[in-house]
Amino acid sequence: MFLVFIETREGKVKKSSLEALSETKRRAGELGSDVGAALVGTGLECLNPEIFSFGASQIFLLENEQLAPYSSQGYATALHELVKEVNPKAIFFAATAMGRDLAPRLAAKLGVALASDCTKVAVKDGKLEFTRPVYAGKAFLTLTLKSMPQIATLRPNVFPLVEPQNAVGEVRKKEVTIPPGAIKGQVAELLKEKGEEIDVTEADIIVSGGRGMKGPENFALLKELAALIPRSAVGASRSAVDSGWIGHQHQVGQTGKTVSPNLYMAFGISGAIQHLAGMSSSKHIVAVNKDPEAPIFKVADYGIVGDLFQVIPALKAELKKLFE
Amino acid sequence: MNILVFVKRVPDTESKIRIHHETNTVIEEGLNFIISSNDEYAVEEALRLREAKGGQVTVISVGAEESTTILRKCLAMGADEAVLIKDDLKETYDGLRIAKMITRAVEKKFPHFDLLLFGKQSVGADNAQVPSMVAEMLGLPQANVVTKLEINGTQGTALREIEGAEEKVIFSLPAVVSAQKGLNEPRYETLKGIMAAKKKIIPVMTLEELGLRKEDVAPQVDITKMEMPPARQAGKIIPGPPEEAAKKLAELLRREAKVI
Ligand SMILES: Cc1cc2nc3c(=O)[nH]c(=O)nc-3n(C[C@H](O)[C@H](O)[C@H](O)COP(=O)(O)OP(=O)(O)OC[C@H]3O[C@@H](n4cnc5c(N)ncnc54)[C@H](O)[C@@H]3O)c2cc1C
Ligand SMILES: Nc1ncnc2c1ncn2[C@@H]1O[C@H](COP(=O)(O)O)[C@@H](O)[C@H]1O
Repeated sequence: MFLVFIETREGKVKKSSLEALSETKRRAGELGSDVGAALVGTGLECLNPEIFSFGASQIFLLENEQLAPYSSQGYATALHELVKEVNPKAIFFAATAMGRDLAPRLAAKLGVALASDCTKVAVKDGKLEFTRPVYAGKAFLTLTLKSMPQIATLRPNVFPLVEPQNAVGEVRKKEVTIPPGAIKGQVAELLKEKGEEIDVTEADIIVSGGRGMKGPENFALLKELAALIPRSAVGASRSAVDSGWIGHQHQVGQTGKTVSPNLYMAFGISGAIQHLAGMSSSKHIVAVNKDPEAPIFKVADYGIVGDLFQVIPALKAELKKLFE
Repeated sequence: MNILVFVKRVPDTESKIRIHHETNTVIEEGLNFIISSNDEYAVEEALRLREAKGGQVTVISVGAEESTTILRKCLAMGADEAVLIKDDLKETYDGLRIAKMITRAVEKKFPHFDLLLFGKQSVGADNAQVPSMVAEMLGLPQANVVTKLEINGTQGTALREIEGAEEKVIFSLPAVVSAQKGLNEPRYETLKGIMAAKKKIIPVMTLEELGLRKEDVAPQVDITKMEMPPARQAGKIIPGPPEEAAKKLAELLRREAKVI
């Protein structure tokens, strides 16, 4: 069996987890394995139909009141119990904040190495082969893991979803035992920025601004642009963030977030190597910059050399027409 | 508070990465090596906690002899002690083996600590593995990717970044915390600090001293290929005045790229 961890937030399955499930289904299929999906927490049953439709043949609901808030220790304990029982060949996670927190903890429990943030998984000579960016995407490693089971986290927005099928499978509820005192830290509260819906790591389209935006008030232009486009979010360069024009959670790049949206639009961003590190795996890139020599044009599929304060309003008008 | 901070020597982020294709390794010649940027936030946080609560800050690095340069930098910033755990292997991209060495060193040499501070992710390996692995091996709670940290007696409260929100994590000490940009502004070394750091002796621990055999920390990650990312070809520059260019762009995005 291949096991995939399904992350839920506020009673919903994360899209990145469905991507991980889709990839697990494809690779497990190649090796003649079936797919088990593991969910941790409470009140998870209602999610079963969706998870079956994306290719799981078994669902494991690992429940315990103590697992209602996320804790790396509690979740890792629950998954470890399951792993000991079902003995999977491989365990996949989405490389989300939770996946990146949890997977190494489980790997250490099992005493195995981990492939982080993979952008490709292949089967070669009956073995899994992982490809992942290193040096912030300036190089790519292809690697195999000598230890068993194989564990990897998969970068969000990279792996395509399988076509959902009308399918059902076996559901197994497991009451997890958490030894007293085993959870020494846990999430106490979720703090959300008002009105923010999609994180840059999860957006299909990112409209991003740099120092060329000139000031915080002009990020409103980008927000208006984003508001016109479904599943989009506003990104920023470090210069813009460090100037206090927009919150740090919007920063894209080496010290910010790594994103791979379908479309990345850079306005007034020069394209420093640390910025490119975070966004060069975007499927399509647009650059608007008044300097024709700006390095961002070297990675852009479409470029406009010009003043962003003229281009953005014109683009807004065009998009309004398109989406109406 | 007794704080241990873990720092790694890595190529600076401006570096052009070149690959040695026979060995699947990075060509080190011409690279400028520095302390991994996230680790600087960890060092700064440790110094601030010590300033507020007293105690001691020890910085520890696993690596070759050259890693003493970043340890000296940390001493110059104000750390009390620095220790090198000598590992002769170059970058293996295997977080588990580093975590094993760190765990063993903590158990054997520094059993009395309140807090282990890390960077959220090391530049280069980009793994984000070692902090959680060490936490697991030592049976400690963890808070990763932290932008705010408060310690009150034996309880810690941290804000950690997640998608589109922040999580408030409450944990008991001792604990593992990994730092992210936003946690603080790292200080510069002072001249006095630099002079004092020069004179400090940095003890070196070998794997043998830690009771680890080579095979205990043999890499489990087998690199079969290392290559440059597929080159993006520079695309079309759309000519014309802004209104026309914007119109054309919208059209291309819809009809050619099919993204909107
Ligand atoms: C360790 C380290 C980590 C870093 N991490 C990151 C990171 O995570 N993310 C990041 O982004 N950077 C990061 N940086 C910083 C990076 O090196 C650059 O300084 C930064 O990306 C520059 O931001 P910018 O492109 O917005 O600003 P600039 O480089 O100043 O570029 C502004 C651009 O706007 C254009 N412009 C100005 N006015 C207009 C106008 N009216 N219309 C159109 N174009 C206009 C200019 O031509 C210019 O190209 C890091 C640096 C270091 C050392
Ligand atoms: N060789 C090392 N020596 C000391 N600390 C390390 C080493 N490798 C990783 N770390 C610590 O673990 C953090 C995360 O690293 P990584 O898991 O490699 O992304 C780093 O920011 C350091 O704090």
